[in-house]
Amino acid sequence: MSDAQGQSWPAIVARDLVKEYKTAGGVLSSARQRGPAAVDGVSLTVARGETFGLIGPDGAGKTTLTRVLLGLLARTAGESRVFGYDSMTEPYAIRERVGYIAQRFALPADMTVMENLRFFADVQGVGRADQRRRIPELLEFAGLTKFTKLLAGRLSGGMKKKLALACSLIHEPQLVLLDEPTLGIDPVSRREFWSLLGNLRAEKGLTIFVCTPYMDEAERCNRVGLLYNGRLVTCDTPAVIKQAAPGHLLEFTPSDFVPAQRLVAGLAGVLELQTYGMMLHAFVDDPLARRPQIEAALTAQGIFCIGIREIEPRMEEAFISLITREARKGI
Amino acid sequence: MFKRIWTVMQKEFIQTLRDQRTLRIQIMLPVIQLILFGYAITTQVNHIPTIVADQSLDAVSRAFVDALTTSGYFDVIAAATSQAEVVSAIDAGRAQVGVVIPPGFAAHVGLDDAQVLILVDGSDLFTSQSAYNAATAIAQAHASQIVVQRLQRSGQVRPDQSWLPLDTRVRILYNPDLKDLWFLIPGMIAMLLQMQTVTLTAAAVVREREVGTIEQLLVTPIRPAELLIGKIAPNMVIALVNMLTILGMGVFWFRVPFQGNFWLFFALALLYVFSGLGLGLLLSTVSQNQRQVQQLNGMIMVLGLLLSGFIFPRSAMPPVIRLVGNIFPLTYFIPIARGIVTKGIGLAYLRNEVAALAAYVVVIMLLATWTFRQRLD
Repeated sequence: MSDAQGQSWPAIVARDLVKEYKTAGGVLSSARQRGPAAVDGVSLTVARGETFGLIGPDGAGKTTLTRVLLGLLARTAGESRVFGYDSMTEPYAIRERVGYIAQRFALPADMTVMENLRFFADVQGVGRADQRRRIPELLEFAGLTKFTKLLAGRLSGGMKKKLALACSLIHEPQLVLLDEPTLGIDPVSRREFWSLLGNLRAEKGLTIFVCTPYMDEAERCNRVGLLYNGRLVTCDTPAVIKQAAPGHLLEFTPSDFVPAQRLVAGLAGVLELQTYGMMLHAFVDDPLARRPQIEAALTAQGIFCIGIREIEPRMEEAFISLITREARKGI
Repeated sequence: MFKRIWTVMQKEFIQTLRDQRTLRIQIMLPVIQLILFGYAITTQVNHIPTIVADQSLDAVSRAFVDALTTSGYFDVIAAATSQAEVVSAIDAGRAQVGVVIPPGFAAHVGLDDAQVLILVDGSDLFTSQSAYNAATAIAQAHASQIVVQRLQRSGQVRPDQSWLPLDTRVRILYNPDLKDLWFLIPGMIAMLLQMQTVTLTAAAVVREREVGTIEQLLVTPIRPAELLIGKIAPNMVIALVNMLTILGMGVFWFRVPFQGNFWLFFALALLYVFSGLGLGLLLSTVSQNQRQVQQLNGMIMVLGLLLSGFIFPRSAMPPVIRLVGNIFPLTYFIPIARGIVTKGIGLAYLRNEVAALAAYVVVIMLLATWTFRQRLD
């Protein structure tokens, strides 16, 4: 494929993509049966310049999908392309154009920050002159200027991720794929990390593909794909996805949780009930009419109902609602 | 391509040099092993604890016992009176050889029907073999001597006359004194080099996979083969350092003569190092974690030791077992090492062995790269 052709392709295209793992057993077992599909017929497109969030519970297939796109795993069926380059047949053309941060910290921990940056620059074929310009820029950008001589393994979780981001950006890629980049780091570092991504998006027009289990991060994306059991349940803007939750949402804290849950779930007009910590989230068709009914029903059972109010459904509620419905379909 | 390989090499050297402790162990380990093996391994056993039940106690029986002890193979640790006592000493492990000389030994010698019973502890193979061979040889020599003395006394043979119709002269080439170390050192160089290269390489790749860095490396434009070549570079340097220390110690400390051409040996050892690196890579690609690597590696070491001809001659093995021995690079290098170090022969005589080793390197490298290519699945 010529580069001119590549320019016209979206950043990521997947059509009916399937990935089945061989069942466990390793090299010594001769039986190579097909396992369940980790990615089961996913079709999605990520436009250039877009920030796309792939959300889904653990084990949904987010990491597998990302690895298949990059050609790290062989796909079982379907099509997957990055900038028009086929993941299977042209993985190196892809890897020269994208940055990737693996879920686990995967930079050599016994090399310093500077050695890491130099290594990835060399590997990506970034010339010395460009390195002299890019490395200080990236150190500054990631806030690591003071730590160049520190071993990468000694950095804090947040700084490791920033170093990984800096390394993945060293060759000025047009697309970065981030696999749960903020997993296990503190909220302040998460916020900082995302503000770095925001800058990149604004200044360089970088396309970002991010896997995340965090709903607040999903809301920062232009579009969100919800992956569940290897299938793309929905794929749309956060605003549209939030409306996927049925009806209106009432939030309250019952004094006696389990009986209240059982009781409210069976009431007329309650479309769906979700738990949220010590609170219950009831989706109802008519909040004005149902609110007193719920209160009355609970009071009749001697259960207090604290702080009942209508709230705007967030990604989280929409997400749980969609997953619950999807799970029921599966049964 | 070469630039990427060079980049990976730099990374590996930085990481290798950073871990000084491991590096020191890697450099020192073969030295320690060689010292231990050099002093511990011996195939010929002498000074075997022996118990003697001499029921004759005459001049002839004493002369026979003397012949046994002066050979250096047998140390008489106790005297017994009966065969039962001798057996119980061997049962108890106090002695490994028992000699029972029946009463009236001198008289029986005169009648040409004397018998000596030698009991050997067969539970220890090397000891019993040594004892058996030594006892048989000494008894025969002693018997011949008695015959000669008798003939000389009767005047049938002049004292200076050769009395046997056939005289065998054995001249042992290369290792005239049959020193164990001369035999073992070349094999030990081969063995320790294999151990080092296979272990280092397998551990390096598997560790990278375990900590997940392999994923981050694979997602760059580095090709798998480039990564592998870059990764083994520091191990190769370490292996060469090891080879030189082992060889130096063998020649200067253990006084094993180096008969052949050093540079030929060096060049072929380099080739051999590649075979170990290849096997290490293959191990690492079929293992999921370091424990599996260690287990496979341990198995390879033990089997290699037994089947490669390091101690036991391959010519004595059944064909199938010999075939299994071909899995180990050690098998190919031992004849080369012995050929150059002990026999001092050149490439002309080693053509087949070198060709086999080269073929092995090519096959194992292709196999390793091919299995490594199977992505992260």
